[in-house]
Amino acid sequence: MQGHVVPKKTYFFIFGALLAMTALTTGMAFVDLGEWNTIVALIIACCKATLVALFFMHLRWSTTLMRVVLLSALLWLAILISLTTTDFFSRDWTPIPEGWGESSLLSPPALPGNLLQRR
Amino acid sequence: MTHSHARSPLAHQFEDLEQQHEAASLGMWIFLATEVMFFGGLFAGYTLYRNLYLPGFEAGSHHLNVTIGAINTAVLICSSLTMALAVRAAQMGKRNILVTFLILTIALGLAFVIIKLTLEWRHDYLEGLAPGLNFTFAGPNAKAMELFFCFYFLMTGVHALHMVVGVGVLSVLLVQAWKGRFGPDHFNAVESAGLYWHFVDIIWIFLFPLLYLIGGRY
Repeated sequence: MQGHVVPKKTYFFIFGALLAMTALTTGMAFVDLGEWNTIVALIIACCKATLVALFFMHLRWSTTLMRVVLLSALLWLAILISLTTTDFFSRDWTPIPEGWGESSLLSPPALPGNLLQRR
Repeated sequence: MTHSHARSPLAHQFEDLEQQHEAASLGMWIFLATEVMFFGGLFAGYTLYRNLYLPGFEAGSHHLNVTIGAINTAVLICSSLTMALAVRAAQMGKRNILVTFLILTIALGLAFVIIKLTLEWRHDYLEGLAPGLNFTFAGPNAKAMELFFCFYFLMTGVHALHMVVGVGVLSVLLVQAWKGRFGPDHFNAVESAGLYWHFVDIIWIFLFPLLYLIGGRY
């Protein structure tokens, strides 16, 4: 037999933990934590995803090769999100040279046809 | 070496069953890596516009029903459990249990999509919150809210499409399981379908807080 046969008890335990965390994240949305609401929600979501990947997707018993595939996917995802956001949110940090008009961030051009027009 | 024919569980390009099993899982994981990038584009766009137009996104999120979202999350987690137990039954060669759990997984998957369609999308559409089809909301931040609902419908729509594909795959497996095709030496198809199913569950685990729980409800 190939693969690891996981005891039923483990699956039910993980299932219970996932349901509990769903209840927790829903409940936390009704508590005022300011900025931390989103962060807590994302931490809980990451914990749930980790449990699903490790136990339901058998990553805990898989070879290193599978883990490398998953980690490389997550690395590329991190590059995608972090480079996109750092570009967008650092655009206004440097002054815009004279005659280049307003920053396009807050007032994007209304029509694509206007992109090449200089004011 | 004996020459086994089409009925042999070991395809001739593999050394042994263990290697065949690993190759099947690895292929599925690589496919899932491409899926991470596919959904990643949507998540990156969401992150960007949510930060640019936070008030509009919060207002949009307040129009969603947290209770139905949480119930649907629970439905998906239940389906993941039944899927995991189905894979276990296949590994142990228990045909009847495998068939039962595949039927349960399909039923829960369909329940998720039907709840989404009838209780949420239809409701949003009738409320005038469906960009492009019927968007009549005219309050403050209406434009940013429209953007939020574009992301909402696109992300939940693509996710639901994945669910429907998953139900299709599981239905094929159900027929094969019924015929007794799976056993301790031949369960890679069930395991790969399981990996896909759990992945779709993980996507929803992130969609639920990002779409339903933003902008405090206290």
